[in-house]
Order: sequence, then structure tokens, then C-alpha cells
Amino acid sequence: MRNALDLAWPREGLTRVPYPVYSRADVYDEERRRIFQGPVWNYLCLEAELPAPGDYRASFVGDMPVVVARDLDGSLHAFENRCAHRGALLCVKRAGHGREISCVYHNWTYDLRGNLTGVTFQRGIDRKGGMPPEFDPARHALRRLRVESFAGVVFGTFSDAVPPVESYLGPEIAARIRRVLKKPVKVLGYNSQILPNNWKVYVENNKDSYHASLLHAFFTTFRVNRLSQEGGIIVDDSGGHHVSYSKRATDKPSAEYDAAPLRAKREDYRLADPSILAGVDEFGDGITLQILTVFPAFVLQQIQNSLALRQIVPRGVGETELLWTYIGFADDDEEMLMIRQKQSNLVGPGGYISMEDGAVGGFIQRALPGAEDDAAIVQMGGDGVGSQDTRATETAVRGFWQVYRRHMGI
Amino acid sequence: MPADIATQLAVERLLARYVASIDEDRLEEWPEYFVEHCRYQIISSENYAQGLPIGVFFANSRGMLRDRVSALRQANVYEAQRYRHLVSSTLILGESGGVVTAQSNYMVVRIMQDGATALFSTGRYLDRVSLEGPEPLFLEKLVVFDSRRIDTLLAIPL
Repeated sequence: MRNALDLAWPREGLTRVPYPVYSRADVYDEERRRIFQGPVWNYLCLEAELPAPGDYRASFVGDMPVVVARDLDGSLHAFENRCAHRGALLCVKRAGHGREISCVYHNWTYDLRGNLTGVTFQRGIDRKGGMPPEFDPARHALRRLRVESFAGVVFGTFSDAVPPVESYLGPEIAARIRRVLKKPVKVLGYNSQILPNNWKVYVENNKDSYHASLLHAFFTTFRVNRLSQEGGIIVDDSGGHHVSYSKRATDKPSAEYDAAPLRAKREDYRLADPSILAGVDEFGDGITLQILTVFPAFVLQQIQNSLALRQIVPRGVGETELLWTYIGFADDDEEMLMIRQKQSNLVGPGGYISMEDGAVGGFIQRALPGAEDDAAIVQMGGDGVGSQDTRATETAVRGFWQVYRRHMGI
Repeated sequence: MPADIATQLAVERLLARYVASIDEDRLEEWPEYFVEHCRYQIISSENYAQGLPIGVFFANSRGMLRDRVSALRQANVYEAQRYRHLVSSTLILGESGGVVTAQSNYMVVRIMQDGATALFSTGRYLDRVSLEGPEPLFLEKLVVFDSRRIDTLLAIPL
């Protein structure tokens, strides 16, 4: 099938991913327009990061800089982080507080809804210079996003057509977000990890439950996550969002595991200090791992009691910035905080589990030269998109490409 | 030798041995520079300044440090790499009851298996060192890194 991008999708359909989608600059540029600025909801920040009227933060929609703000009346707003005058970044720091935001270049000022409220020397100096009388600041507001908060998570979109967040997510994904974010949260830390790969490689990695117990030996060895545990995958009706979950206490002997020559299977490996794995069932349902993605680039993670949000920010066709926000609940006591602090060793740029996801994306990206006419295979669990009661499947990866292709028209 | 110079030398020697063990891939020695009930954390200066508790790695026992080494040796997948530490400007901030508080600057260059060599991390070591035993040992070591970004992954300790 040919299209505006002149990118041929293999005739096998969703079970193949043509490698040029990870390497072509024109594809990257189209993604900015058709996906991130298209009919999707993008993660912006947590409400807990904007607790007071006048608080604002820099965030991203794809790689576009935006500002998220809580106005003086308490309402949430978001707008492009780019001065209407010369296009300079307005909010250079990561966060701020005030009644207005001004550009350092020529001091043009904006309110917390993105309206242009002040043009310095608009009438000139000594009646010389200045803007022509017909210049109307009201016509130069910053481009605004629609903003919605769901379970304390602030999402934004440039689209008027996309339905409200809750219906965008669908009932099952919405319920699984509410499951984790069940009461007021507080931020426990941030990290930024530069991944040497295209952003979609990392999105797929999150949706790929097949790799989890194979690549991540730490998981498997301590039975934090094995495919033989009770669990499954939920894919929403669109295909773009997913939840993968498992229950650690339900692992049972598996003939396939015992027979498979897995690098990630070492029964002799024991921890000197197993307190890192001592958690509590704080959600009361026995689920010890839940990885949830929202199309296009948001991940909510519960690995035992390690809770984190991951914002995937493209930084060019072959580089991605992964922004980690670790959270707990506002009413965590010292003991709970210590559990979260220890279990944070599982994730993040140096995490026992997630460090490998930083490595493997680079292995894909570095192997792209020469793969221009080739395609990756995503056929585990069949060729369909939908929920499955096994995690030995790539159904959620196919779901991502189903939605991606629809947005991109390829 | 004046006491303050002896303290300075003891801390600097501990730091030199500590980084040599890491840089020369004798990681099994790394936990042995700490007391049993130690505290070790790698955290960005941004999180540290805001008093946020979670960083990149945290341990409050020597066992957790040993687990880090065995995970790196036996479980984790990462491309072969090594570090070169440069540690300087060690300041003794205080000493009482055989415990020294010290701060040093560090710089770590990471050398990948293909030869790619890059500045990986800079920052401060905020150390509390016990001079009680036959060799000085870390009671606490906070690695406060200056950047908020980590390139690809952090496997080997800083």
C-alpha cells in the first residue's frame, strides 16, 4: 500500500513492522503532526505537581514543549511553551510559580491560560517606535491544548475531535488507572534516561509482555514475573492502550519453563538481602505487577509497591528521553516509604529490571542500517488485537500498530 | 603527623581504593568498603536538593550492595563497559567520635566495548567514614550526580 509517506506496509499486516518506521526522519516529522498533535490524549503531569494556584511546569507533547499551569481560580490549562513574538521558550525552568509568565527575550507576558497580556513598549518610547495601533494582543494568545485531569493525571490534546479522557481510555483501562491512583499521591523522585532508540521501540517494549521474563533475569530468578504466573493482557477496543498484569503468588510449575534453555532462569541465584522484595498487597487484589500504557507515549507502572509514571519524549528519530516520576501516596508512613525506596531499585535507569530496556532498544536501533526493505515479526499469540489470558503474546504490540497506522494513514 | 592530615589521608586513601576496585572490575570488593548497616544512594542533585527520597539506586545494608554485584555478574544484561573515576578536592567537613564527614568531587568516564569513551557522570560524594576499625569504612555514601540525565543505563556503581 502506497501513501503520502511512500512507506510500504508488508502485506502480512499487523504481524509485521517495516523497519524504516524507526529510522526515517520524514516519518518522525509526520508523527509530530498526525499523532502527538492529532486526536490523542498526551500525558502532561500530575495534579500533585501543581498543588497551588499559580503553579506551572514545563512538559512535552511528543517533542513539542508545552506549559501546564494551574490558574489563580484553580483550573488547569496548557499551552505551547513558545513566545508568540520570536518563538523563544517561555518556561525555561522545569517549574515555576506566579501570576504570569514572561519571556526573557523581550519581556512579553502571558497569563496562566496562555493569553498575551503585555507587550513591552507596545506604544514605544517617547511616542517613537512601538507596535502599530492595529496590533491586537488578544489575537496572539499561545496555542492552547484541551486539558483534562483523570485520577489526578493531567492529559492534554490539540484535538477538538478526541472524546473525553475517560472514553478515550475505555472502561477497562480507566479502571486499572483508578486501581493504582486510588488516593492522593505525592512525588518521591524524578529521573531522566536517554534511550538510544526511536520512541516507538520503547513503547513496544512496554507492550511486549513476551520479553519480560526472558530479557529480565532478575524478575524471573526471583519469580517476580514469569509467564507461568496467573495474569494476562487487556487491550482496549481501539488497540492503542493496554494493561499487562500478573500475580506473583500464583506461579506454578511449568513444563515449558523447565525445558526451555533460558538465560534468564537461574534457580541457584539468591539475594543476600531479600528485603527488596518484601512488599505489601496495598491494592488488595494480589496483583504484583501492572504495566499500563496509554497511546501514544504514557506508561503507568506498579511493580509490587514501586509506582511510577513514565513519559516517553521523542528526541529525534534515533533518541528518546524517558522521564520517570516515582510516586507514593500522601499518607505513606515511614515504613511504606522505605519499601518504595528499596523497590525503586527494580526500575529506572539503573533498575534491576528496567536497565535492560535501555540496552535492548539501542541494539535494535544500531541494527537498522540495511534493514530498509525488511520487517520485524510480531506474531506471538496470533495475528489479532485483543485481550488474552496469557502473556506469551504480542497482541498489545499489534494494537499499537493498528492505531498508529490509522493515525498516520499508512 | 598532625591529626587533621592523618584524617585527610585516611579518607583519600579509602576513596582511592574504592574507585580502583570499581575501575579495575573488582566489583566484589566494592561492598567491603562499607560497614554492615551502611547507607548508599545514587541520586540526582535535583532530587537531593528537593529532599525527594528516590534516586537511581538505594541500599541500607552491605547485603544489598553484594546483591547489586551478583545481579550485574549473573542476571543483568548490559553492554560490556568500564569506568574511569577521577576523585578530587576532598574536604573534611567534620570529625567526632571516630566518624568523619567528608565531601569530594568525582568524574566518571565510561568506556564502552567498542571504544566509545564519554563523560558519564559528575558530582559529589557525601561520605560519612568510620575510622574505628583497622581500615576506614563508609557508614554512608551519597553519590549526588550533577545532571538529571543518565545515558542509556547505569549498571556499575559510581
